[in-house]
Amino acid sequence: MALPQVTGRYAGRRRSNIIATALSIGAAGFGLTWLLLILTVLVVKGVGGLNLAVFTDTTPPPGSTGGLLNAIVGSLILTILAVLFGTPLGVLAGTYMAEYGRYAKLTVVVRFINDILLSAPSIVVGLFVYEIMVAQMGHFSAWAGAVALAMIVIPVVVRTTEDMLLLVPNTLREASSALGLPRWLVIRHVAYRAARAGIITGILLAVARITGETAPLLFTALNNQFFSWNFNAPMASLPVVIFQFALSPYEDWQQLAWTGALLITVTVLGLSILARSLASKKVPL
Amino acid sequence: MSLAIQTEIKVKAVTPAEGLEEKVSVRHLNFHYGEYRALADINVNLYQNKVTAFIGPSGCGKSTLLRILNRIYDLYPNQRADGEVLLDGENVLSPKQDLNLLRAKVGMVFQKPTPFPMTIYDNIAFGVRLYEQLSKADLDARVEDSLRRGALWDEVKDKLDASGLSLSGGQQQRLCIARTVAIRPEVILLDEPCSALDPISTAKIEELIDVLKRDYTIAIVTHNMQQAARTSDYTAFMYLGELVEFDNTTQIFTNPRMERTQDYITGRFG
Repeated sequence: MALPQVTGRYAGRRRSNIIATALSIGAAGFGLTWLLLILTVLVVKGVGGLNLAVFTDTTPPPGSTGGLLNAIVGSLILTILAVLFGTPLGVLAGTYMAEYGRYAKLTVVVRFINDILLSAPSIVVGLFVYEIMVAQMGHFSAWAGAVALAMIVIPVVVRTTEDMLLLVPNTLREASSALGLPRWLVIRHVAYRAARAGIITGILLAVARITGETAPLLFTALNNQFFSWNFNAPMASLPVVIFQFALSPYEDWQQLAWTGALLITVTVLGLSILARSLASKKVPL
Repeated sequence: MSLAIQTEIKVKAVTPAEGLEEKVSVRHLNFHYGEYRALADINVNLYQNKVTAFIGPSGCGKSTLLRILNRIYDLYPNQRADGEVLLDGENVLSPKQDLNLLRAKVGMVFQKPTPFPMTIYDNIAFGVRLYEQLSKADLDARVEDSLRRGALWDEVKDKLDASGLSLSGGQQQRLCIARTVAIRPEVILLDEPCSALDPISTAKIEELIDVLKRDYTIAIVTHNMQQAARTSDYTAFMYLGELVEFDNTTQIFTNPRMERTQDYITGRFG
């Protein structure tokens, strides 16, 4: 028996299928091209300035040599503080929403507000913290910077924690409750365990998000030309240093800005890959 | 006929076994999901060391009834039960009832195997640790004993550190039974425990039920009529949220009093 001929409406459907596929591939390629271009420029311009001094010297005055040590350490401190402030709050709020208050009105309200916070421009967060901390204390500080970053961490962590806990099947909760486990033990030993990879992924994504944030820090931690452990004083950070140096007319500063941008990008890339590989893992023991 | 007399007749109809100890007795139980009445005036007993099967078409309320006995329905809003469920004479529906203690006494195994995301050993030890301070040796012994009671020991004794999720479906379900047995409950509720299992695993669990009833009072919900006939001493037939007939299993399957029971067990509907 001969195969049926490709004719009429079927041929038309096949054509539109090919067109749709081609358009999708084209769109994906268009997006990827720009990403590749940005990465290429970043690597080409950034690698040149990459040397040991970047990690051992502090930011230099124009015209002399230096590195990014104070900015790197500052970014690390700010990020760690922000995660320390934001993660417990975010995880607990997400836990309330998915476990204790799953059917509560409060949860609906919190989820709505959290979604707004999630997409709020980070400069608004910066201004807000400026108003409640910097203006009150009378000076910029690392504390204020960490609080501003924490406010960006919280909605991300709340969202992922809630989503991941909602993915834990109710049968598992029923099974553990049926053993006579009180609710908080069910959550701690069963729900968290089953959702752990997802919750950690959320935290990593939040870290990736704040690593490149500049706007909230401009109004809070500001910047510092020198190495500082004083959390009560302005502190340097990579994004703000990049912002300042890239806009400067000095070539050596611009070079450091490129190098700093490369460092941030590589960090974010690393965090994202780590988050992805964690998320795709099966439920761990 | 007055209501009171009707009720009396109903209650009489559910006490066919004089002289047996009533471990659990359900009296005038109603249950609502929101506005929907899922159970209407249920009266039934679970006798000490006997297996009671609940049969009936899907949606007849048999799982709902089981979920009341350990009040697992309490996890959800808008579900409420009224009437009495007496466990050793105490009404477990009372608001004063401590749910965790109740559930430690009335264990439950669900339709789908639900091993916890932890090792086989911890799946068993987890619940035990909550109620008892056992030495390592005693805990090991308890885990072994429970797995033996779950007819799983020989298959897992060399891999107690493996994940509970690595077991096959039938093994997972026996792990869940072992886990339930480990905390030494008095009543075990089995909610269609074999519906996700192959015939060999099903046979193993049925054998297990026969052994377990020496120490426990058991209720089993099943869609499988042969399973009810094989495993149970008493059978309750439910239909549309009502208990149609409750009697000893032989009676139900050979000479049911109600026509609807007859129709169901002979496959005329359901």
